Amino acid sequence: MSDNIERISESMAKLSMKWLSAEDEYPDLSKHNNHMAKVLTLPMYKKLRERVTPNGFTIEGVIQTGVDNPGHPFIMTVGCVAGDEETYEVFKELLDPVIEDRHGGYKPTDKHKTDLNPDNLKGGDDLDPKYVLSSRVRTGRSIRGFCLPPHCSRGERRAVEKLSVEALAALSGDLKGKYYALKNMTEAEQQQLIDDHFLFDKPVSPLLLASGMARDWPDARGIWHNDNKTFLVWVNEEDHLRVISMQKGGKMKEVFTRFCTGLTKIETLFRDRGHAFMWNEHLGYVLTCPSNLGTGLRAGVHVKLPNMSKHAKFEEILTKLRLQKRGTGGVDTAAVGGVFDISNADRLGFSEVDLVQMVVDGVKLLVEMEKRLEKGQPIDNLIPAQK
Amino acid sequence: MASSFTRILSSKRNVGILSLVGGSVAAGFLLHREHVTAGEPLRRRYPASAEYPDLRKHNNCMASNLTPAIYAKLCDKATPNGYTIDQAIQTGVDNPGHPFIKTVGLVAGDEESYEVFADLLDPVIKERHNGYDPRVMKHPTDLNATKIQSGVFDERYVLSSRVRTGRSIRGLSLPPACTRAERREVERVVVDALSGLKGDLAGKYYSLTLMTEQEQQQLIDDHFLFDKPVSPLLTCAGMARDWPDARGIWHNNEKTFLIWINEEDHTRVISMEKGGNMKRVFERFCRGLKEVERLIQERGWEFMWNERLGYILTCPSNLGTGLRAGVHVKLPRLSKDPRFSKILDNLRLQKRGTGGVDTAAVGGVFDISNLDRLGQSEVQLVQTVIDGVNYLIECEKRLEKGQDIKVPAPLKQFK
Repeated sequence: MSDNIERISESMAKLSMKWLSAEDEYPDLSKHNNHMAKVLTLPMYKKLRERVTPNGFTIEGVIQTGVDNPGHPFIMTVGCVAGDEETYEVFKELLDPVIEDRHGGYKPTDKHKTDLNPDNLKGGDDLDPKYVLSSRVRTGRSIRGFCLPPHCSRGERRAVEKLSVEALAALSGDLKGKYYALKNMTEAEQQQLIDDHFLFDKPVSPLLLASGMARDWPDARGIWHNDNKTFLVWVNEEDHLRVISMQKGGKMKEVFTRFCTGLTKIETLFRDRGHAFMWNEHLGYVLTCPSNLGTGLRAGVHVKLPNMSKHAKFEEILTKLRLQKRGTGGVDTAAVGGVFDISNADRLGFSEVDLVQMVVDGVKLLVEMEKRLEKGQPIDNLIPAQK
Repeated sequence: MASSFTRILSSKRNVGILSLVGGSVAAGFLLHREHVTAGEPLRRRYPASAEYPDLRKHNNCMASNLTPAIYAKLCDKATPNGYTIDQAIQTGVDNPGHPFIKTVGLVAGDEESYEVFADLLDPVIKERHNGYDPRVMKHPTDLNATKIQSGVFDERYVLSSRVRTGRSIRGLSLPPACTRAERREVERVVVDALSGLKGDLAGKYYSLTLMTEQEQQQLIDDHFLFDKPVSPLLTCAGMARDWPDARGIWHNNEKTFLIWINEEDHTRVISMEKGGNMKRVFERFCRGLKEVERLIQERGWEFMWNERLGYILTCPSNLGTGLRAGVHVKLPRLSKDPRFSKILDNLRLQKRGTGGVDTAAVGGVFDISNLDRLGQSEVQLVQTVIDGVNYLIECEKRLEKGQDIKVPAPLKQFK
């Protein structure tokens, strides 16, 4: 961490300390079950409350969502967020162990590989469309120099929107598209976006609300998509940008190629305007939630697995393949008609190509298993080793 | 390049000046109990016009009064606790309001908010409190219950009587801005004081984090338990942070005097009983409040109060007395009369359903209470409710007998 940042942050923090002690302020985490609560001891809290990022973000801002949302006995939420890029440095003592726990043992000294070259993906264009109904890859990007959604001011959020809209307006060919600001869209536009399943709403999850991401809604929020409706960008929802490539059917390689091309073009357009994405060698792409560091990538399919999903070893197989299942409404929804959303479980420590490869290979295998089970045949010899 | 920041806090009580020179820190600041988060000035890279909220679809008192000029004037200020105008107005920005209901749209994070942001708060107060001008007027406080005339209602109509207010502990930030330690300190100070109450006021505290299942059920059955706020008006202001830490309910053994700790205000104080003896309810209310005040003063604390605004609470709508005196009263015929609303208006009363604000009336039973909070004393407001409810009951009786009723002349405000 640069000398300058350290000195400014320590002295500014001293000024923000009240006369009450760290013991008085320390949150009651006795009923909590999230990554933050597991890691934040009193001595750590004492140390971290004396610091502040150059943008004025404090430990209280980092942990508020985790204090307000004790968690669930079965689902382990992260319980902390970043307010700016510097959060990950200034509050390292908390965030490093949270990252290690959440990302399968990723160490503070580990380096993350970025690979957005779709040519490195083997296969992926032949997932059986009788089973694989749709394919989708999403990630997020943050614009360096601007605070993240939990902490940004209205002025900053609007600046992020302006920059993004200008950059996206320069896209051409099959990526040419249009921006719809949430607060300006017509009823007709809104209905179309809903029908296309593109429209995002004001967050209702207390996990997001408690971190302050929904402030000033719907100011400076919007949706951009290309005319072909295969490339979509969300502006100022949970991150500065969420980038999504999607289409019906099983041609994941095509989806991933468009994803990489689009992202690379967008990055160039930003750089031409003097802006970079938040990225570093250790954490890869920096996003609001520590769970989305690294690639921030979730590549997934909607796939029909009515027999497979009833198999006793379904969960075990998914874990071995480093995949996760969700309902077709996304996270925290149920599967409908045996159709599951299957995607990579990892984000950090594997490259984009690595993760999409896992999805492609894993889904291919699951579909093969499904076909066997349809015919009443066993699948034991297909069960893979742990990846 | 020397980067220097000066932060001048406009506060009557404490002034802290911070300056940072160059890359190293030569910080000169006055050490007070309250410090300031000096992070803000470094961040503001945008002019006020870029930060000004889009209030075009908004209908609340904040939006009606926050001009770009006022915002520009206030956006670089902070209270000694570091509370800013952006924080104060967040709830009003996030909740545009309703075409028919005009919410306040801002809150105070501490006592000094009412001073530092007076350019916005004074006109909001004037609008919300029907012309009360905090710049020139004084608010009367009167907790002498002996002045109340009549005040025992016909119990064939009045089912229950209740008086509530709030009190804030001076020196500690209010619920939108308080830290966990400050909130716990409020709890400690108040619970400690309440343990000194005796006689019919003696009682017990139930902390939300520690209460047993049984205690919880009893409190629910008694209609005493409050829940984590769900209204976005409150959650957007940050009042529900760290729930349920340092929140709790105290009540006397007779269940006629109840105090909520750290809900929407530091304390909400409620006196209530079944039936129509409003005079007794108010008498207990005043006695209890004065006793609690004495007990906290013994320990070196006091309530937030000043001549201009009376008792200081989180929401500007509750300034002055913070008092809502009301009854649950059966008015099945009167409530169907088209003149009902006008009668209430002229009597300076409001109606709510029996579940409280934002609920519907059940079985012709209404919650009738005073409209005003600021500019009249507690005694005056309770007398207004007593006189008004008596009038409503008279109307109901007349309608029962098939007689006609009259709309009373409107009451004068600011007696």
